[in-house]
Formats: sequence, C-alpha cells, structure tokens
Amino acid sequence: MIELKHISKVFPTADGDLRALNDINLTIGDGDVFGIVGMSGAGKSTLVRCINLLERPTQGQVVIDSRDLCAMPEKELIRQRRSIAMIFQQFNLLMQRTCLKNICFPMEIAGVKRAEAEQRAREYLDIVGLPDKADAYPAQLSGGQKQRIAIARALASDPKILLCDEATSALDPKTTRDILRLVKDINQRLGITVVVITHEMAVVEEICSHVAILDHGVLQETGTVEEIFSNPKTEAGRRLVYPDGVILDQLRAANVIRIAFNGGTSYDPLIASLAIDCGVKANILGADTRNVNGQAFGTMLLGLPDDPEQIAKAMHYIKSQPNITVEEVRDYHG
Amino acid sequence: MDELFGTFFGNTPVSQQLAYLQAALLENIWETVYSTVLATVFAYVIGLPLGIILVTGEPDGIRPLPRGLMRVLNFVINILRSIPFLILMILVIPLSRLILHTSIGTNAAIIPLVVASAPFVARLVEGSLRESDAGVIEAAKAMGCTPFQIVRKVMLPEALPSLITGLTTATITILSYGAMSATIGGGGLGTLAINNGYQRRMDLILYVTVILLIILVQIIQSIGTRVANRLDHRITKATPKAKRHKADKAGIG
Repeated sequence: MIELKHISKVFPTADGDLRALNDINLTIGDGDVFGIVGMSGAGKSTLVRCINLLERPTQGQVVIDSRDLCAMPEKELIRQRRSIAMIFQQFNLLMQRTCLKNICFPMEIAGVKRAEAEQRAREYLDIVGLPDKADAYPAQLSGGQKQRIAIARALASDPKILLCDEATSALDPKTTRDILRLVKDINQRLGITVVVITHEMAVVEEICSHVAILDHGVLQETGTVEEIFSNPKTEAGRRLVYPDGVILDQLRAANVIRIAFNGGTSYDPLIASLAIDCGVKANILGADTRNVNGQAFGTMLLGLPDDPEQIAKAMHYIKSQPNITVEEVRDYHG
Repeated sequence: MDELFGTFFGNTPVSQQLAYLQAALLENIWETVYSTVLATVFAYVIGLPLGIILVTGEPDGIRPLPRGLMRVLNFVINILRSIPFLILMILVIPLSRLILHTSIGTNAAIIPLVVASAPFVARLVEGSLRESDAGVIEAAKAMGCTPFQIVRKVMLPEALPSLITGLTTATITILSYGAMSATIGGGGLGTLAINNGYQRRMDLILYVTVILLIILVQIIQSIGTRVANRLDHRITKATPKAKRHKADKAGIG
C-alpha cells in the first residue's frame, strides 16, 4: 500500500516560491491501477516523482508498506527504489545497449549473475511480445516497441509498484491502446500496483480502477473510476470528464442539443436508455430520422432539463454511443 | 641549379640533409609517438575524473559537492588553460626536476604536456558527459543506481562515442603541443624541425617533418572518427549490419 500523507512540494524560483503540490493525501491499495489525472502543470509528474523520492517532498510522508521513505537513510532508499519501477514518456532506454542488455540493467545493478539475468531478460522479452528484438538497439525500434522494452526493463527488477509517467503520451492511439492493455495484463497477472500519470481521460477509462484528479497542485477529488466518471463533483473533474467545454453557464443558455444518427442500429432505443440509464428525461423537439435496413440515419432535436449535471451526463452518455454525433444548439427558438 | 635548391631546401647540400634525415628520422618519430601517447594517457588519468566531477558535483548533479570546492576546481582549470604552452613549459621546469630529477629530455617534456592538457581533457570530458540524456539518468536513479553506478554504467558508456571524439581531439592537440618541446630540450619531430630544419637551415628536413606531422594527424583523426562511429548505436546507419537487420525484418514480414 502506498500512502501519501500531507505531501507538499515547493520549488524556490527567482520570483518567489512555486508551490507545485499542496497538502496531498492519497492512499493507493495493493493491486490497484490508480490514475492521477490533471492538465499540464497540475503537478502530476512532481507527485509521481515523490513516490520514489526522485523529488523529495518539502513536507509530508511517503509511506510504502508502512515504511516511511523520507526517513530512510540513502542506502536503504536506493534498495527500496529497486522495488518501484518506472516508465517514462520518452522511454529513457540506454541507447548504447541492446534491448537484452537494457532489460538486464536493473538486475546488473542488483548484482544478479549475468547468465541468470540474460535468461530472465529473455522471458520478459516474451512477456512484452518482442522475443526477436534481443540484439536490436533502441534506435532501431518504433516508439511502441521502445516502450515495450522499457516495460520489460521495469519488470526485470521484480517490482511491487510500477509508476507510469505519461507513458503513452508520445504514442499513436492504437499503440497507446496496445501498451495500456499490456500494462493492465501485467497488473492482473503479476499483481503489480500500477500508478498511471496522464492528462488523457481515455487512458484512465481504459485501464484504471481508481482515479485522483489534480489541479494546480491540489487534490480535487478521488474515487473509483465509475464514481468520478458518472458524477464528477469538482470543476476540475468536470473539465476532465467533459473536455469539450461543457461549461455550466453555456448549458443554462442552451440546453437544446441536436444529435445525428450515422447508421447505428435503429433497434437501440436511445431516448429510453437516456431516461433509464442516466435518469435524464429528454424532450423530443423535432426529429427527421429514417430506418435503412435496420440502421438509423437522420437528426433529432432534444430539449434537456435545466440541471447542468444532468445535461453533462446526457452529453457524455450520447457521446459514448457508436455512430451518433451530438452538438449543442445555441440559436434554438422553439 | 644549386642556387635553386638553395632557395627551396636551405643552404646545406641536399645530400647531407638526406643523410642526416636517414640517421635521425626514425628515432624522432618514435619520440613523438612515445611522448604523445604517454602524455595523453596521463592527461586522461587526471582529466577524466576531473571532467566527471565537473558534471556530477554540480548543485543539481548526481552527487553534488560543496559549491566552494567546485568553484576552486573550475578556477584552477581555467587558469591552467589560459597560460600559453610555451610559457607553461618553462613554469613547470621545477616540477619536472622534482618528479624526474631532470628538466630536459623527452620524458621531462611529457610533464608540461600533461599539466597543460589534463585541464583541457577535463573540459572535453565535461562537454561529452553534459550531452547525456537527463531522462536516462533519472531512469537509472529510479532503478536504484548509486551515483557511482550511474557514472560507470550510464554516463560513460552512453557518452562513449563523444568521449572517443574528444580523445581524438586531445591526442592531436598534445601532438602539436609536443612539437614545441624543443624549447626545453625535449625530442621528437618538432625538435628535429626547429633545431635542424630551421636553425641549421636544413629546409628539406623542415618540410619532411611537417609532412610527417600532417600524416600523423590524419591517421589519428581517421582512426578516431571510425571508432567513434563504429561504437555509436544511436543512429541507424546503412552499415552492412543494419542492412542485414532490415533484410531479416523483411524476411519475417
């Protein structure tokens, strides 16, 4: 279990102190996939670096399995770090070593015998799906492959915790999904606690069980992914869950939306689902739809209740449907 | 005819100059190679650790040292680098006497070479190590590397091609500094050129030594460049190895 207790981090700068983290309290359970989300500059990277003390918090305690890292002597801290692996946005592989030697690196440091290290490294190459890349150099790999090697290297230290610092932000959407699946798989198979730092809610949606929302160095809210997604309580949370600018004031002015059906199955009753699944009672103001071979085409105007939370919920639900696009109608005069 | 030769090759008869060259050339080439190699080795024995300390000992380095100490180190290096080599050679004479009990000869000439080039090497090493990727060092720290392991297993191997390029530059600089050691009675091609070629008006000898020095520099530079490129795995070049690798991939696909 990782417990962050009253963590604050202040960077002294030329124009006064910069408060990167402000009294963060967070508990991450064993085996969780825990997302820490926020816009750039929210302090996510500083926070994750506090977990392995790459950044030493100005105040507070980092307690892992009831041992306070901040109070440890340097030697012990170095040993502790070997059980906390980390992967990065820029992969950070050793460019002058082959993939196999990269994966051997953490074992080399820990004093594992060379033959044993290489044998284990080959097993990790298998796990990440690149058994034929043992003798390739990182420069010969694609971004996704590099991150797989970085994950194999992370696993090589036999960690209890895996920290992912924007690990998929430099990758294309498909590769991102593949890497996230691999991380999820590792979490489930090996029981490694995973902490994911990201600015993309899609990443959280894909693999996280719990999420914390960070804004300007302050922890806004934390909970299971379901809780936060269905009902974000803070402004920062809403901004992340509904990134396409569902601002409360706008919603009050325009609670009429137009949805377009682009060929989804017409047997899925959208409006009824909206009422039952989300509890949002929508009013059909107008519709022009047709059924072509069981597929729905056309547009529909819906009036939504005045409650902004309900509107946000409805927007999110409709957006999550395949083959339906939705937009707000600002100039509707019914 | 003799007059023409006189203009180009000095007053001494060419046959005499050739005879002298034959007698002295090999020994002088050996002295140059010997003093250059030895001075380079000692310059790195001193300069490499200093260069590492210049990078790791900084306030945000991997093993910060007291600021005062770093300032003194930087100051001393800058001072040694600002003294012209010709003057440094003379200033270092007492040191040569202390270590070798003599201040003349090829061995004695190595001491000022080391004193002058060690700070230069320290700066070269510093430059190479500063190029290393901060992210990789952070990753090594996160993996539980000690500062010593980071230097030995990350910083130095990752910067190896750049360090080799620096070594090439240092060797060539030491070679050309060494040509000045005639001033303090050292041996080598420089001495041959100055003492005989210039002062005894044997211009042919002057030309031959210059050509030999050019050839030596070319050899050192091309070996250095080749080794640095061979050792660098960052860039995928169209080397036979890379081509084979590509072919393998095509075969699998």
